[in-house]
Amino acid sequence: MRGAKSATWVAGAIVVALGATACGGGSSSASAEPGVVRANWGDPQNPLEPANTNEVLGGKVLDMIFSNLKSYDPKTGEAKNDVAQSIDTKDQQTFTIKVKKGEKFSNGEAVTARSFVDAWNYGALSTNAQKGSYFFADIKGYDKVAPAEGKPTAKTLSGLKVVDDHTFTVTLNEKMSTWPVRLGYKAFAPLPTVFFSKHDAYLAKPVGNGPYAVDSYDKGKQMKLVPNTHYIGEDKPQNKGVLLKVYTDSNAAYADLQSGNLDVDDDVPAEQIRNAKSDLKGNYLSQPAGINQVITFPLYQDGWNKAGMEKVRKGLSMAIDRKAITDKVYNGTRTPATDLTSPVLGDANGYSKDVCGDACTYNPTEAKKLIKEGGGIPGGKMTIGYNADKDSHKQWVDAVCNSINKVLGNDTACVGNPVGTFGDFRNQITKREMTQPFRSGWQMDYPQIENFLTPLYATGGASNDAKFSDPKFDALLQQAGAEPDTKKATDLYKQAEKIVLDKMVSIPLWYQNGTAGWSEHVSGVQLNAFSFPVFTKIKVSS
Amino acid sequence: MGRYVIRRLLQMVPVFIGTTFLIFVMVYALGDPVAAMFGDRAPDPATAAQIRESLHLNDPLWSQYLQYMAGIFRGDFGTAFNGTPVSELMGSAFPNTIKLTLVAFAIEVVVGVGLGVVAGMRRGRFVDTGVLVFTLLVISIPTFVTGYLLQYFIGVKLAWAAPAVSVDVHIGELLLPGIVLAGVSLAYVARLTRTSIAENIRSDYIRTATAKGLPRRRVVGVHLLRNSLIPVITFLGTDIGALMGGAIVTERIFNIQGVGYQLYQGILRQNAPTVVGFVTILVVVFLAANLIVDLLYAVLDPRIRYA
Amino acid sequence: MPEMTEPVATDRTEGAAAPGGNGPEPQAAPRSLWGDAWRDLRRNPIFYISAVLILFLVVLSIWPSLLTGTSPYACDLGRSQQGPAPGHPFGFNTQGCDVYARTVYGARASVTVGICTTVLAAVIGCLFGGLAGFFGGWWDSLLSRIGDIFFGIPILLGGIVFLSVIKGGSIFTVVLLMAVLGWPQIARIARSAVISAKQQDYVQAARALGASTPRMLLRHIAPNALAPVIVVATIALGTYISLEATLSFLGVGLKPPTVSWGIDISSAATQIRNAPHMLLYPAGALSVTVLAFIMLGDAVRDALDPKLR
Repeated sequence: MRGAKSATWVAGAIVVALGATACGGGSSSASAEPGVVRANWGDPQNPLEPANTNEVLGGKVLDMIFSNLKSYDPKTGEAKNDVAQSIDTKDQQTFTIKVKKGEKFSNGEAVTARSFVDAWNYGALSTNAQKGSYFFADIKGYDKVAPAEGKPTAKTLSGLKVVDDHTFTVTLNEKMSTWPVRLGYKAFAPLPTVFFSKHDAYLAKPVGNGPYAVDSYDKGKQMKLVPNTHYIGEDKPQNKGVLLKVYTDSNAAYADLQSGNLDVDDDVPAEQIRNAKSDLKGNYLSQPAGINQVITFPLYQDGWNKAGMEKVRKGLSMAIDRKAITDKVYNGTRTPATDLTSPVLGDANGYSKDVCGDACTYNPTEAKKLIKEGGGIPGGKMTIGYNADKDSHKQWVDAVCNSINKVLGNDTACVGNPVGTFGDFRNQITKREMTQPFRSGWQMDYPQIENFLTPLYATGGASNDAKFSDPKFDALLQQAGAEPDTKKATDLYKQAEKIVLDKMVSIPLWYQNGTAGWSEHVSGVQLNAFSFPVFTKIKVSS
Repeated sequence: MGRYVIRRLLQMVPVFIGTTFLIFVMVYALGDPVAAMFGDRAPDPATAAQIRESLHLNDPLWSQYLQYMAGIFRGDFGTAFNGTPVSELMGSAFPNTIKLTLVAFAIEVVVGVGLGVVAGMRRGRFVDTGVLVFTLLVISIPTFVTGYLLQYFIGVKLAWAAPAVSVDVHIGELLLPGIVLAGVSLAYVARLTRTSIAENIRSDYIRTATAKGLPRRRVVGVHLLRNSLIPVITFLGTDIGALMGGAIVTERIFNIQGVGYQLYQGILRQNAPTVVGFVTILVVVFLAANLIVDLLYAVLDPRIRYA
Repeated sequence: MPEMTEPVATDRTEGAAAPGGNGPEPQAAPRSLWGDAWRDLRRNPIFYISAVLILFLVVLSIWPSLLTGTSPYACDLGRSQQGPAPGHPFGFNTQGCDVYARTVYGARASVTVGICTTVLAAVIGCLFGGLAGFFGGWWDSLLSRIGDIFFGIPILLGGIVFLSVIKGGSIFTVVLLMAVLGWPQIARIARSAVISAKQQDYVQAARALGASTPRMLLRHIAPNALAPVIVVATIALGTYISLEATLSFLGVGLKPPTVSWGIDISSAATQIRNAPHMLLYPAGALSVTVLAFIMLGDAVRDALDPKLR
């Protein structure tokens, strides 16, 4: 009896306590520090080491706290010298890089040639297990520091040589005129000595040479960045700092943006896009990013590779109503694809509006004809494989299948085939276990057509999921690499791209858009080639 | 009773070993986690080999399990893929989830039992139908939708509460997610209580108590409720563990970095230390809750005894 | 707390002495309790309403084409998320498929998953929980701890492992998975109900009169312990149907082209601000199903309660 009574009391007390705190809570930490931009972030998957970061969440921070030899123009994607004074080559194979004098890390240490060479050697050495190590694979000596089998036989890349404090040379395995374009990628960032001597301290509070410096980092919660007082580059922050807040879900961030608890949200959920313009009173933008989505065919399966199949593959491409899908399923946050690259490259770096042409245009009658001529879908039925654990691929896969089924007049000719985890999905692909077409996405490392071709379609390429192999294509890539004139090189790459498209190894679907919504407190929000907000240009009104 | 409790505590050891091993086998069965770390790109062979070695992925399963268990006894729960020690993740996730669970649990107990008592005593009347309708609603509308709608209307439109929980995780901010999380369990509790009350209200001892002229509040609060609570308390006991581990959706919607969220990340990234570590703690919580429930049986019904 | 003595359960001897079914047949009595219950049930209008509803759902699952001539796969993005149109009373979903046709065709997978999982989980749960509660002691420890281990497995992990290892995706594998992970809850409830029913005077009386174990379980304990199990099972039926949705949403549930309410509810959920009608109909169908079973459960429970006679 006593028990029952006290239970009532406890329950009553809980109700009162909840009521009290409900009124007390609310706006304590929501108010921003003056001049500081509050932005959406997520927990990075890897430690914040430049060569170990291969996803956007870590990339976003590294982009702010590191300046590279080159940087990409937010509007045109053009690679311009940043920390580099000059990058010269006579033979397209050995490059002499001069580093600007007076550059410093946020702890006051000078940025020298050694900062780069040490960083790159660290990134390449296999025992350091850096996920971006392949970026250094073109540099001479990579096979010694990261042999495919066994222990490394050297600690440093033989192709890297320090000439003086501000000069070093890089020798590549073979000629590659466009190689310097990739030097704006964060894996090539310089590292301060603290990175090597006190690694844990670095990880707790990373030190870089970029426009911002880390002020405090509360792992899994938030990171506060302030302008780097030692920064002398052109990209000086126009605000008093950035507070990156970790969100578990894009809808939560979007809700906070609407409530005024967040200033910049670069991950507006697709289903909200239709409401975003009215919710945010026009403070919203959406533009193509360096990410594309394709359907890849397993060319190692005879069914999909036999004679006539290139017609079927092309027919399938023409059976997909890209415009309707990007409009209805994605509310315009995808842009129908016309090539294998991305519009962020601009014409200069290899983007093309018409290289795919009719083959990427919806044409039900022609599509049906081509599929029939080629012998029809192998076995009469096909599936499109995708990983169901993120990015809601199901929606578009269903839409693509519906589009194909409608053209073929068969309700179940094409169905989606979900795989539970991304890991399982990727394992099936790399082990060549795919029997049916599957989705692939490519997020560019640097805005250059070469990055969209070599890894994906060259014989033995690291991400050649289709296991495509064509000597003519490979020869063109090599020729383009040795071509000293960048424009001519880009044209050669475009010719190579045409080969892949003619055989329809992968069906280009659409380019993903970067989206950003912002609050009334800030202005000047724009996205760069990697779809990161250009934080330095954001102004905060009081 | 002391012996009984000790016996039950000892039984936790095999359950602990069984669960950790089972979870370990399950994560192992998911296959090689290394490929997923490299995104859409095939991993560099040298780097992948290095990572596999550092995670002991080349060792046989039993050896990996023993190394893991040995680590646990040294207080080392392993590291998540982003380099954070799992114990650190637990340290930040469990307080948040415990707070959320307490809020949800309080709502569940107070509202659920309250509604159930009223519905059970007025069987077939308006309140009873109301509870039924509520049950149907929470079951057929996914948590995702209720969470999102409450967040939008109460958080964004009316601004009565913060739509997303801040880093400090105030109890007040957890009220909204607590309601969402409690939803389905609330339906169970209300209907269990209702049925139990409806059954017992016609029993002899209630009639006797009423005939004796005891005040109605006393009859209901002490005699009726106490005798009707066993199934309800059993459910609540099983629910604590479920609330803590199963808040994946609620935690995501309301931006709470708790157990459900970390567990979800761990599973998707096939990180055995994270998954096994979190599940192990959940199982311990679950076992403790069950033990307490079993002891409560004896309090509620003195005829039930344990040795 | 009162002084604890030896447990009542362990000082019994009949349990061990009379295993199989060599006691008197429960059905031997001219008017058994179950017979009474069945007669009561037939007089209850609620029973008929629920039975008709369930029958309707079963017919729907077997012959969906009776109710609609539209294919659930005939989709046209041009009609994406549009409202009702002639011949399409419920409007269209994001893919431009007919919501009415999909709701009708979705019944098969959803109703099958719901009923089969509930029955399977309830059978395993009642068996484990009932025996654990009735015999107590070692039985209780062993059976309950087995349940604890299963209860600890997160359904998401179980789902991903189960379905990626055996490459499932059929209704059967989904049912099996949910039942395997769902029974411990019902077992706990059944155990508590049996422990509590075991203490009732008439059970003690029956035992004193030398009733056999199966007879006590079936005639005296089961009818009195069923109520909470029925309540939990009927609600669980609905949650299993929704859970299938979560699993399918995560790619480890039913595979396309299977149509289910769960799949449609989860894809409608993200569009709730744009097209609420997409959610309304499959969710409504789910509600009606759960309602039918809750009503049936209530009717059965009432029929088993002698105090209502």
